Amino acid sequence: MAACPCAEYGTTALSTALLIEQLLNGLQLGVMLFLMAAGLTLIFGVMGLINLAHGSLYMIGAFACAVTASATGSFWLGLIASLIAAAAAGAIVEVVVIRRLYDRDHLDQVLATFALILIFSEGSRWFFGSFPLYLDIPAALQGAVPLPGGGRYQLYRLAIIGVGIAVALGLYLLISRTRLGMRIRAGESDREMIAALGIDIQSLYTIVFALGAALAGLAGALVGALQSVQVGMGEPVLILAFVVIVIGGIGSIKGALTGAILVGLIDTMGRFLLPKTLALILPASQAGMIGGALASMLIYIVMALILAFRPRGLFAA
Amino acid sequence: MITRETIVNAVIALLLLAIPLVAMTLGEPFYVTLATRITILALAAVGLNIALGLGGLVSFGHAAFFGIGGYAAGILATHAFNAEPLFLGIEGTTSMPWIWLVAIAVCGLVALPIGAISLRTTGVYFIMITLAFAQMIYYFAISWPAYGGEDGLSLSVRNLFPFVSTAKPLPFFLICYGALMLAIILFLLLRGSRFGAALQTARQNETRLAAIGIAPFNIRLVAFVLSAMVTGLAGALFADLNRFASPSMFSWHMSGELIVLIILGGKGRLFGPLAGAMLYVLIEHVLGGITERWQLFLGLILLGVVLFARGGLLGLLAGKARHG
Amino acid sequence: MVEPVLEIFELRKSFGALKATDGVSLDLRPGEIHALIGPNGAGKSTLIHQISGSIRQDSGTIRFLGEDMSGLGVPQRAHRGLGRSFQISSLAPEFSALRNVMLAVQARQGSSFRFFRPVMGDRSLKEPAMAVLERVGLAKRAHLPAAELSHGERRQLEIAMALALGSKAFLFDEPMAGMGPEGSKALTKFLDGLRNEAPILLVEHDMDAVFALADRISVLVYGRIIATGKVEDIRDDPQVRRAYLGDAL
Repeated sequence: MAACPCAEYGTTALSTALLIEQLLNGLQLGVMLFLMAAGLTLIFGVMGLINLAHGSLYMIGAFACAVTASATGSFWLGLIASLIAAAAAGAIVEVVVIRRLYDRDHLDQVLATFALILIFSEGSRWFFGSFPLYLDIPAALQGAVPLPGGGRYQLYRLAIIGVGIAVALGLYLLISRTRLGMRIRAGESDREMIAALGIDIQSLYTIVFALGAALAGLAGALVGALQSVQVGMGEPVLILAFVVIVIGGIGSIKGALTGAILVGLIDTMGRFLLPKTLALILPASQAGMIGGALASMLIYIVMALILAFRPRGLFAA
Repeated sequence: MITRETIVNAVIALLLLAIPLVAMTLGEPFYVTLATRITILALAAVGLNIALGLGGLVSFGHAAFFGIGGYAAGILATHAFNAEPLFLGIEGTTSMPWIWLVAIAVCGLVALPIGAISLRTTGVYFIMITLAFAQMIYYFAISWPAYGGEDGLSLSVRNLFPFVSTAKPLPFFLICYGALMLAIILFLLLRGSRFGAALQTARQNETRLAAIGIAPFNIRLVAFVLSAMVTGLAGALFADLNRFASPSMFSWHMSGELIVLIILGGKGRLFGPLAGAMLYVLIEHVLGGITERWQLFLGLILLGVVLFARGGLLGLLAGKARHG
Repeated sequence: MVEPVLEIFELRKSFGALKATDGVSLDLRPGEIHALIGPNGAGKSTLIHQISGSIRQDSGTIRFLGEDMSGLGVPQRAHRGLGRSFQISSLAPEFSALRNVMLAVQARQGSSFRFFRPVMGDRSLKEPAMAVLERVGLAKRAHLPAAELSHGERRQLEIAMALALGSKAFLFDEPMAGMGPEGSKALTKFLDGLRNEAPILLVEHDMDAVFALADRISVLVYGRIIATGKVEDIRDDPQVRRAYLGDAL
């Protein structure tokens, strides 16, 4: 997800341009994770449900975008398709499966949504085969933009960061200013109460689930243009998204945003800086190997540390 | 007291023993390997069941211990083969009993800090943090080229057990079967013991346990460590079965698979893990022979079990579980 | 003056702006039943939680058998002899009444890290447990899962467990709650006989039981003790009457 232009700049050079580029990459990763984590944390906060199938919704969004874009030639139509497809898939899954799980314990929820992962993944392979699909960056967003310090940065990636900020703002407005948002907040604090108040819980839950799904699908579509679109693309992102919401505090959108930016930056900067830092004290080949291993483990180490001191995350609801 | 469940258990145990014996007489060693696979997966799941079935601890990171066991076997065997000592002059070995001892000991030692940190959390956080620890170990394993990195670690020959020709499928199966039966007996004893009473109370109502003066944390930690050790043993056997220790042994799919085995068979049941393993491998083998997309059907079956048949296979065969 | 078994001094606990416990001091003497009464919302449950250890006080001390309990958690305090029953029955629902009490016996013996010997065949657990169940009148229901017991029987089981622990002081949180008149009478009689084994701090709303049983009564209103004394003194105290406006006294 984060490209390392080390070959371009040399493995030991640490110019401002490279640093800024990596920071932006971290931000971009963070924004992607936020799109996933926001949905996950909403679903858990409002419905008390842990949803492992969120990665599959990400994948569905990416596939819908790729298929539509190649059929119509328009990336933008593809994006719309991804939102619709993911939201629809989410709504269907919620009505057919998820709604039976709200009263169950977490183990049952984990297992049922794990089963959904299998169904979606293998189902997609059946439909599309195991070969990846390709999605092109739209013409309007191609090319690169000059950065302070002399480097250049992909315009598309900047656009993704922009989308993320827009979504964060939009969610904030939705939750704090609209009636739907009010119901969501009420649902988060007291599920039984809002039923007693006559609010249609069933529809609320379906809407929340579909909203989370749409965000995941959007993330998948956006990333699909950077990497290829293939089955299983959602899984590494899913795990990271869970790390995000655990760090941020399950049920808190603020936590999801903070956690996402934190994870995005730590992961990207870790992969970038750790091998270099270790190269100052260790021989180059060892530094690369140990640095790479540590970088992969880093985000989990951070999560374990945070949970050791704050067992409910940073902004526990 | 002979209940329906006892009879079903006996049938399952004998069936598992019979399959390889029959297979050998028919000259089909492949089915012996299949039965061994079932046995080892069941052993891993019995380990998890100590934490999950008895203690109610949903560990989504038990693959970590499965993998550690496997790599213990692989690393020790590799060093024995290259005649290079590991560190501090400790040499490799190809003796299974020693390998198992190391696998169990290392898993116990690793489970202690993981458990100590994870058990400070509850609910979803516990599930996530156990997953995180397993992921840490997974990434560590694939980044360590000395032991194969992403490609995994081969064992050129199967390790040795005194008086047994382990290279042959049937004797190796019998070793694994013995280990599984011992583990099931251990589970039975644990469940009926004072420790088991405290552990199951921790699952049912931890406030009550604390109110009578037993610290739930301590009980759970011991259960977690014991559970890790048994799963680690299974990992060591698995590496010997395939003559290969793969990083996928650490993956979260493996952790999920272990939980699935328990649920398919029946959570908290003595023979649940074995019944689940048999069902799982059956689905994999039969459906896998028909289509490459067999996991789709596994998912559907799993979903069906979770939604409609919560007692698993043993629930269907032996009726509702009887409690003390 | 005999040393009190339980001593609470200047206990304070606030939740934000709400002073749930506002400088509470009281003690529990050997052989006595000390009732704690007060209108709803007075902070009785919060006080019990602080004594048993599930909530940590903001300031003040709690001494049990001369030892400061401040650093100790719930299991440690229970192990030192502070037995309690819960306002809403808290049992191991899958286990039978017998197994529940056997667990308390096991806890008293301090032997939970035994991994092999089956509990059900262990007479050193079973016999004391059955004896306690006999005492509270649950012997005939010993083998039923706790989830299947009636409400009153579950209250009895809670008390049985506190008994089996060999507690040196009892904290009973509304044991009469939800019991019909027959059950309350029986329980009152039972508690009366219990006071000589270990003193009881009794939180209750049932005034008949309180006046029948209590050696001393403390009245908790808005987190403060407004009066402590013998039954007659409390009954006639004008402050107490005012605090209970509308409640039959």
